[in-house]
Amino acid sequence: MSKIGLIIQREYITRVRKRSFLIMSVLGPIIFAAFMIVPVWMAMSEDQEVKKIAIVDSSNLFMNVIPDSEFLKFDYLFDTKLGDIKDNHKEAGYYGVLYISHLVASDANSVVIYSDKQPSLSTKMHISKAIEEYIRDQKLLAYEIEDLDNILKSVKTRINIRTIKMSDDGSEKESNTGLVMAVGYAGGLLIYMFIFIFGAMLMRGVIEEKVNRIIEVVISSVKPFQLMMGKIIGIGMVGLSQFVIWVVFTLILVTVATTLLFPELNMSPTEQVVSQDIMSSSPIQASPQAGPQAEVQVGAEDMSEIMGVLENIRNIDFGVMLGSFLFYFLGGYLLYAAMFASIGAAVDNETDTQQFMLPVTIPLILAIFVMFNAINNPDSSIAFWFSIIPFTSPVVMMARIPFGVPIWEIMLSMGLLIITFLGMTWLAAKIYRTGILMYGKKVNYREIWKWIRYS
Amino acid sequence: MEIFTADQVFKKFIHTTALDRVSVSIPKGGIFGLLGPNGAGKTTLIRIINQITAPDEGSLYFKGEKLKPDHISNIGYLPEERGLYKKMKVGEQSLYLARLKGLSKTDAQQRLKYWFDKFEIQDWWNRKVEELSKGMQQKVQFIVTVVHEPELLIFDEPFSGFDPINAEMMKKEILNLQEKGATIIFSTHNMGSVEELCDHISLIDQGRTLIEGPIDKIREQYKTDTYEVGFQGDVQAVQSVLNDHYKLLDTSREKDLTKVQIRLLHHTTDNELLSLLVPHVHIVSFNEVYPNMNDIFIRVVKENKGS
Repeated sequence: MSKIGLIIQREYITRVRKRSFLIMSVLGPIIFAAFMIVPVWMAMSEDQEVKKIAIVDSSNLFMNVIPDSEFLKFDYLFDTKLGDIKDNHKEAGYYGVLYISHLVASDANSVVIYSDKQPSLSTKMHISKAIEEYIRDQKLLAYEIEDLDNILKSVKTRINIRTIKMSDDGSEKESNTGLVMAVGYAGGLLIYMFIFIFGAMLMRGVIEEKVNRIIEVVISSVKPFQLMMGKIIGIGMVGLSQFVIWVVFTLILVTVATTLLFPELNMSPTEQVVSQDIMSSSPIQASPQAGPQAEVQVGAEDMSEIMGVLENIRNIDFGVMLGSFLFYFLGGYLLYAAMFASIGAAVDNETDTQQFMLPVTIPLILAIFVMFNAINNPDSSIAFWFSIIPFTSPVVMMARIPFGVPIWEIMLSMGLLIITFLGMTWLAAKIYRTGILMYGKKVNYREIWKWIRYS
Repeated sequence: MEIFTADQVFKKFIHTTALDRVSVSIPKGGIFGLLGPNGAGKTTLIRIINQITAPDEGSLYFKGEKLKPDHISNIGYLPEERGLYKKMKVGEQSLYLARLKGLSKTDAQQRLKYWFDKFEIQDWWNRKVEELSKGMQQKVQFIVTVVHEPELLIFDEPFSGFDPINAEMMKKEILNLQEKGATIIFSTHNMGSVEELCDHISLIDQGRTLIEGPIDKIREQYKTDTYEVGFQGDVQAVQSVLNDHYKLLDTSREKDLTKVQIRLLHHTTDNELLSLLVPHVHIVSFNEVYPNMNDIFIRVVKENKGS
């Protein structure tokens, strides 16, 4: 085996064997899976319970106005005072009491739900929508417009906005903004995290060798550059392994948990969409079974909409996504790893690294800020430039790619990233080979500049 | 024949000139002492031999060939500041370092087993380095330095960190390796062990070679025309006959034997001294005093500072 191969092997094996790697490999998927499953589970367990709500209406206007829904049943109580039912609604079998005061038409705060549980948002929306529409209709009636019923019917329109993205070649693709945003956000954030976690791991590794004084033994056998590259590649592979473990185990956990917890998922299309909806907002979902999020209310009968959603998923090119993710994942790591390695070489202990961390953290944090902007506005000039500049491009470009980026921009960004990585590694190697043999000296930027010039 | 030659090596760091045209030639099969005060440039020279740093100017030859990366597998280096990966197991780590020197896995295993058996430390194989005492770690470090059986071995202060028993054991092993044909470069401040072990030395200071050559010749060269005379009789009698051609340096008494050290001045000869003393005292011994390496070291370095 070549020497650099030996170094990669050592760096990889010693880290993968560590207890912390094992713990991260177990905890990571559990946390990710929990993020996906718990909200679905909560949403579903709430929805499945049929709630009976008593209506006490002192305005006497709202009999049969609020319609029952699948999980909400309303009892209109005549001749009952609020005080009679409020405290013992539970015994009477009610989830809560809806009180409508006689001021309802003029006072916005005159409708109250009494319940010992927090009613869900959808419950509240269901009630307020019905009351609002009824009051509006009643107010319109006061104008004595002819044929009002028909006019109102024709005015009521339900809008579901579909977005069709047109490509230069004239083909049209149905896109789903919510899903695309989630994919972009997750990709960018993952790269950011990966660079920081494994960059810092590399830096500690370099400092460890320096502090242990094994460095001189090792570099009497291999060139400093070989050692540096071996460490960078070895730790990069640790990161990649961790990532693959996370993805695979999260998918397994989610699949197992969904089949165990929600076997009915496979029967009702409505619920399936709801659950996929929530899954899609979590980072790891680069698989075709993930779903849309923008569809808010999909009727169980509305099969065409579901077909549209599936169409959306098919339209995101996961091959391109995965390919570009891996490229920026590795490219970004390699670029910053070289910087982290030279910082580790320049100092004697971890506390001294603070002063040199700025050139690493500032572009990365900037990248995250621009990424938030780019997700809302993927073609703005700021998003464009930051996705071309190599120090921020891995994070920002990753957020833009799901929206569709012209191929020349991707090529330019990738090319610049490769060139900068090579240049940065060349520079870092100079700092590294001087730094690793330098002890007990307070190093500053001017000193490092001298190392670069003289070596 | 020389195993290693450095010719006019020049190395400048940002703030200092570490080596100012230093030349050394290290004869094959011997023990070569590389001496010099702290900061003289020894470590830089050693690092250049190990190809850890490259010289700015000058040429280096290993067995007559220009020094190249392949030669690394023929050199073993024990740095003054040693270290091992603390969290790694002893055996695994030894294997890794041996393989970095170019040994195959099976070769490395076989040879490590030999050394671990020899030092009776087989039980340590699966222990982490941080669990070992400092002396134990030094033994492991020694093994990984020599395991690839290099022709040239460089030891920088090899005995520091060892108790006297283990230091003696290391000394024996180093001499063993030399007997088997290895050439040894030995860098130390301990002049006693230099005299005991080395046959050639080079003394450098402020980046320059001050003296170089076989240790006997150097001691001969630095002798100061001083003679030690052992006699029975009165010191007073000796003092009274010495004129300004002689200088009495030192006097000591052991029972009825007196010893004095006398330096000859103004080209006086030893015979003249003898004939001067014979009539007055009964001479038991008469021999020339060679300076020890410690004295030479101090004298040469001081002179260099003065110049």
